[in-house]
Amino acid sequence: MRWACILFPQLALDAVLRSREDLTRPLVMLSGTPQRRVLQAVNPAAREMGLRAGQTLSAARALSDDFDSVEYAPEQITHWHRFLAAWAYQYSSHVSLDYPRALLLEIETSLELFGPWPDFEARLRCELLALGFRHRIAVAPNALAARVLVNVGDGLVINEAQLSGCLKDLPVSRSGFTPEVASALAGMGLRRLQQVLALPRDSLAKRFPRTMLDHLDKLQGLHPVALDCYLPPDHFAGRVEFNFDVEAIASLLFPLRRLTADLAVFLAGRDCGVQRFVLWLEHRDGEATQVPVGLLSAEREAGMLFELARGRLEAVQLRAPVLAFALRAQELPRFVPAAGELFVERPQQSLAWEQLRERLRARLGDDAVHSIALRADHRPEHAWSSVPATGKQLLSKLPRPGWLLSEPQPLDDLFPRILCGPERIESGWWDGDDVRRDYYLIETRDGRRAWAFHPTGNSGSLWIHGWFA
Amino acid sequence: MGSVVALDSLLQDRRVWRGRQDVPPARAQSTGHAQLDAALPSGGWQAAALNEILLPAIGSGELQLLWPTLARLSAAGERVVLVGPPAIPFPPAWLTAQVTLPRLSIIQASGREALWAAEQCLRSGSCGAVLCWPERADDRALRRLQVAAETGDTLAFALRPQREAVNSSPAALRLMLELRPRQLRILKCRGGLTPSTPLVLDH
Repeated sequence: MRWACILFPQLALDAVLRSREDLTRPLVMLSGTPQRRVLQAVNPAAREMGLRAGQTLSAARALSDDFDSVEYAPEQITHWHRFLAAWAYQYSSHVSLDYPRALLLEIETSLELFGPWPDFEARLRCELLALGFRHRIAVAPNALAARVLVNVGDGLVINEAQLSGCLKDLPVSRSGFTPEVASALAGMGLRRLQQVLALPRDSLAKRFPRTMLDHLDKLQGLHPVALDCYLPPDHFAGRVEFNFDVEAIASLLFPLRRLTADLAVFLAGRDCGVQRFVLWLEHRDGEATQVPVGLLSAEREAGMLFELARGRLEAVQLRAPVLAFALRAQELPRFVPAAGELFVERPQQSLAWEQLRERLRARLGDDAVHSIALRADHRPEHAWSSVPATGKQLLSKLPRPGWLLSEPQPLDDLFPRILCGPERIESGWWDGDDVRRDYYLIETRDGRRAWAFHPTGNSGSLWIHGWFA
Repeated sequence: MGSVVALDSLLQDRRVWRGRQDVPPARAQSTGHAQLDAALPSGGWQAAALNEILLPAIGSGELQLLWPTLARLSAAGERVVLVGPPAIPFPPAWLTAQVTLPRLSIIQASGREALWAAEQCLRSGSCGAVLCWPERADDRALRRLQVAAETGDTLAFALRPQREAVNSSPAALRLMLELRPRQLRILKCRGGLTPSTPLVLDH
């Protein structure tokens, strides 16, 4: 087994930064009690102004007033930790969330598909950068060693033979001991792990809790490390909170792009698609505005999801300023990629019909695009349906018009030339839509051919029901 | 005669406008009517261009004219899109004309929305043929359709009222259906002279 550990040193800050458009603006994250607000993290722009993590808010305000602040929310960190696990799930079947702000991936089995490791690593880094998360990666033969090694370096790849040599040089303070153990070891004058490993086990067992020896054994791979398996949830939820009132739909497009891209990443990790999702626009008071986005088939391409959601969102009239924006997807069906042709005659920029159809539906309405099929019924109104038919279709040899009018129109011609007929259509007594008509093929004054009828027994004026075009 | 100017140099200076541009020979799509194919200088519909058909009213024989093309395209697996048709395409007749109905899509739209939808379909390049019924389309709207058809390499049909015959049109091919007698006039065809005599199509 080989384990890769990906550490996110600034998970909370990166999660906030990625939902902001203007990255040059100073930003700080605040934590602590209302009486004593402390800067938890600062972005590079804020650092340039002299702001540092650990400062009190009043000290920061004394330096400058020109920065944004957001609350440091532990539940947000959990959310993004799980989101990153969902992303990593597409690369490994065993992803673990056991260590805070870090992901552990079992990569031995994944190398076959994504390897060799340098390529795989480049791919992981590239995707993480696109997602906007800073990270460090280390690879080691056991999970704990990978987690500890990522403390001291980025891009370390250690195999079994190198492990003991590498562990010897580790500083004790960064070897993952509990704070009490680490300070006790430092007090004993032990700086490197090598010195700790050289001590007799029984004396260590007397002086330290049992977990300390356990930790040493696991680090060297003598004892296995038991890690939970991450299981991706069955639904997706993403939310962006604004610290100002959003009054225009246009300002929601940037967060929308982020949310749909996150949804696409999540779907790729789960290898499924989405057929319906809901955008929630949360207001200060009252119910949130819901904007459902429905698709005819499961999709997961980020650009397309954004395009469709945008079409639906732009049609919305905001009744109140938006404070938060969320995307929730409950149904995640299987995704079957569209099969393309190997030799395409069409131009390169062509858009697949499925995507075109969704774009048309987004603007014209859900029912605007339909197909047409034959239904086995004698009544013309019931002889067609807008859903594709299955099974064999029987065709009669009788003349039928190419255009059927949805509402019959009265014929203003008193003596039309009758070319054919009458043909009696009498059906539907069982479903309440009884039809008893005599149909004629007629030629109107201007030379067009129509399919017209009059009700049986009432030889009055004719009604045009279709045109032979 | 003051001086003699070589013809070549005049043409290279681009000071002389040449009446006919060098249009690459258009790929033709057979109409399915041998007589019409023979009469058209392009030998069929203008592929990747707008083909305009002028009608006195709905039901003037437009489907008889188009069905062979639609049947051929839909049988070949191409998608045929009707944008805002004036009535319901009645499946028994369309099936008799051997149009593959699952490849037929109908878009319910009217006015500007219909023009937008037709342009999107043409531009996407995922359709074999797009039919639309622009009610009030100005020259600009038609030109947009024409450009979209070129971009998406798609066969486009615009079915318009007969009164539009007097207005000029950017369409590559213009046909006019007449009822009494039942005949077909070719008003304009890119890439050749139009025959002056009307055609009588035998159905």
